[in-house]
Amino acid sequence: MRINLDINGEIRELDVEPRTSLLDCLRDHVGLTGAHTGCEHGVCGACTVLFDGVAVRSCLMFAPQAEGSKITTIEGVTPGPGEMSVIQDAFCETHGMQCGYCTPAMVLVAHALLIDNPNPSRDDIVDAISGNICRCTGYAQIIDAIALAAERLRGANRPVELTK
Amino acid sequence: MSAISKFRFVSTDRRVREDRRFVAGKGKFVADIQLPNTKHVALVTCPHAAARIVSIDKSAALKMPGVHYILDGAELAAATLPLMTGLDTPNVPRRPLAHEIARYSGEWVVAVVADSRAQAEDAAEEVVIDYEPLPFVLDAEQALESNDILVHEAHGSNVLLDKTFTWGEVDKDFAASPRKLKLRVKWGRSSTVPIETFGVTASWDPWRDMLDVHASIQMPRFNDQIGIALKIPVTSVRVHHDVDVGGSYGVKRGIKHTVLCGYLSRRLGFPVKLLEDRLENMRGGDAHGPERLFDVEVAFDDNGIVRSMKMRALENVGAYAGRSPFQLGKPVGAIVGPYKIQSVQYRAVAVVTNKTTQDAVRGFGQAPTNVAIERTMDEVANVLGLDRLEIRRRNMIRHDEFPYTIPSGTTYDSGDFHAVIDKVVAHTSYEGLKVERDALRTQGMLAGIGLAACLEPSGGNATFEALLNPKVQTSTFMDSCRVNIDGVGSITATMHTTSSGQGHETLVGTAIGEVLQIDPELIRVVRPDSLNSLPSGTPVGSRMAIMLGGAAFHAATKLKTKLMTIAAHDLGIPVERAVYDQGNVYDKNKPEHRRTWLDLVQIAWRSYHRLPADMEPGLAASHIMQVPTGGTLPDADGRVQMYPCTSFEFHLILVKIDPDLGRPEILKYRIGHDCGVVINPKIVRGMTMGGIAHGIGAALYEEFAYNDDGQLIAQTFMDYLLPSSHEVPDVQIIHHETPSPHTVFGQKGSGESGYLGSPAAVANAINDALKPLGISTNRLPIKVSTLGDMIAAAQENKSKGH
Repeated sequence: MRINLDINGEIRELDVEPRTSLLDCLRDHVGLTGAHTGCEHGVCGACTVLFDGVAVRSCLMFAPQAEGSKITTIEGVTPGPGEMSVIQDAFCETHGMQCGYCTPAMVLVAHALLIDNPNPSRDDIVDAISGNICRCTGYAQIIDAIALAAERLRGANRPVELTK
Repeated sequence: MSAISKFRFVSTDRRVREDRRFVAGKGKFVADIQLPNTKHVALVTCPHAAARIVSIDKSAALKMPGVHYILDGAELAAATLPLMTGLDTPNVPRRPLAHEIARYSGEWVVAVVADSRAQAEDAAEEVVIDYEPLPFVLDAEQALESNDILVHEAHGSNVLLDKTFTWGEVDKDFAASPRKLKLRVKWGRSSTVPIETFGVTASWDPWRDMLDVHASIQMPRFNDQIGIALKIPVTSVRVHHDVDVGGSYGVKRGIKHTVLCGYLSRRLGFPVKLLEDRLENMRGGDAHGPERLFDVEVAFDDNGIVRSMKMRALENVGAYAGRSPFQLGKPVGAIVGPYKIQSVQYRAVAVVTNKTTQDAVRGFGQAPTNVAIERTMDEVANVLGLDRLEIRRRNMIRHDEFPYTIPSGTTYDSGDFHAVIDKVVAHTSYEGLKVERDALRTQGMLAGIGLAACLEPSGGNATFEALLNPKVQTSTFMDSCRVNIDGVGSITATMHTTSSGQGHETLVGTAIGEVLQIDPELIRVVRPDSLNSLPSGTPVGSRMAIMLGGAAFHAATKLKTKLMTIAAHDLGIPVERAVYDQGNVYDKNKPEHRRTWLDLVQIAWRSYHRLPADMEPGLAASHIMQVPTGGTLPDADGRVQMYPCTSFEFHLILVKIDPDLGRPEILKYRIGHDCGVVINPKIVRGMTMGGIAHGIGAALYEEFAYNDDGQLIAQTFMDYLLPSSHEVPDVQIIHHETPSPHTVFGQKGSGESGYLGSPAAVANAINDALKPLGISTNRLPIKVSTLGDMIAAAQENKSKGH
């Protein structure tokens, strides 16, 4: 079936089988491979994208269901080729990852958290990432990264608008 | 000890160069690699714990849209050799698809190839297989003790390995000791379960006779095994190492997947891709970890000094075996942990059962062994009424006793265990924790303190292979690096394996930068494919800091020596007078008399007439590194030097259990950690934190549980529970640094840190919490449901006045 999806601010006209998950659609039909396949049953969170600014699991949604909403992927929050956002840079500063597989999802979850809560407590951060499994880090340096990103965003000379 | 007295880059808090691509979602994982015209595989699996395959009807499936081929085990077995195994067990063949008999529920029986994965899955449902169910055995003790049900009839028993080693005067020491204690400890079947499942693309080019393999792999001798099984020259297998691996921690072995796809691509003439879905991964990916039963007996005195230990470790390896039984061998390298136990009897037994096949898991059998040792130390203290920390201090090897040779023949290089413990309790008072625990108890909570001390043997020579299988003569596990300075003076270095998050590119850059005194960021690190590679043992056994870091150091040192030789010759001075300074070389006696980096590059690349006689032009050097303590085979009693370095960790934790819920909550977590000189603090911290989280999972949540019908009942993340950020506490690491005398910077391994001790610490804390109820548990994982039932039953007994 033909669908129109608003992905990273661009309308994409796509022809997919109705049963195609949003995750498979993004990866196989649009070529955005930053969302990763982990469990395909909605537990690990590796496939997270922003759906009207809210972090959701793209493996649990059919692509046609996403029509009419704004979808933001990791590619959409990356400022430019080779250029990192404040949040991405903070993940590098604390080494908030190892293998990098869950990382784009963690960055998006951090992004969604900081849209609503510019000054999160440690518990807020733990809650925000609790739906995303990381097997490498034990989460400590991810928590550090998000706290650092929040601090840097709050201290920015000019307010940084986070894409919804 | 290191030749470098003060580090420029080692141990400084530098970023990890790999991270940039990952935060942008630009890692190159196997699923991201799309070769033109690739077809996809889905698998049909056996629904029985054991069954004879009577017939396979492919006709309906072949008519499904997009289907190209349906492969069964008979065709594959006729065309390929069985996969390589570690032990000498020729009658236990392992193949990618079950042939004649399937031996566990979830075993792959038929592979369907279609244009898309979805079409392959649709067609897989139309394959009709007639099975004759067979009797099966799930329990290791039953498999060991009875031959009534044989997993592999031709092998004649279920026992793959049964070896007893006696190191020292065990009988005499037992007879001479006033006290003995026996303990049974069970480590439940869990694994590392990376978030990325295993994936592979195999692509055969008949005009070049070349099989290109992109895989999410962490496997020693991967290309050898593929070539041998497919009966093609290993020079026709090109494994691409520039694939990012989405987590492994030991299990991404993928040999059966790759042989399967390699065969299909050769048979069909197009690239074939298999990305396991989560079910295929959990049931049939052959990536389960140890399931081990320990019977421990120790002999000790009234002061708690443990003189001797007998340990039987019974491993349930599942239906087939690759390298997994060797996981009974690694612990021999630290069989007494950090303690001065004088004699040991160790019986290592591996049996096959009708469960999923295992593969290597982080620590290679050391973490379960440490639970057995550390639970025993706690019980020794308990029966004597002595403090558990005091018992450990009394038994530990003291700083001035290093190097220290343990009964099984390994010499521990260095350590200062008492200093690490002192630092931890200076950070968080042990007596204060007791007060906190007791206060919780008075509030009606169950609360316990958990202690665990253990070693991380690292960088070994794999002599455990020869120890358990004398037909294998392994006494080396190499790693290599090649450094090239190009015609304009830039540096490129190579590494020859994949990585799964350990930051090896950063490691290589840092080591070379340190030697050549050049900013590591300026050094390019690349991964040639397997046909262009020097030997690498891959990132196993906590070895890369020691072995790859060492190889990079030595290759760079060769180049530094060459640069100094060229400069001395050109300056007309003896090389002893040449001083190397950040790439430039000057005369010690006349510092203004010098050659710059670019001068030297010019000479080496273009001016042969200015080179010393017989020197090769250009600036390239390689180093293939042997394990620092060398390699000798085990002696007749099975004594052997396995690992050159021993890192140390000491865990101190406080756990609270609400008796009504039975749910343990870790309130405080402290770890003292000594892995020698830390090359990159961010990486070591991450490894330790991740290891602790993984260990908490193994201790409390994660288990590949089976029901009595032999069905795996934890097949998804809804029932195989992975710790989330809520289950992992805020861990404080207390660092200590005892440099290794054997390594180039004084570094030791840290890839298994945290994981080797956290399950023991958690188990000990829970048992301390249960003590007031008069109950204990030595079966991991200690699940909330079990714990809740145990506590309820104990309280009921108590209220009845029993």
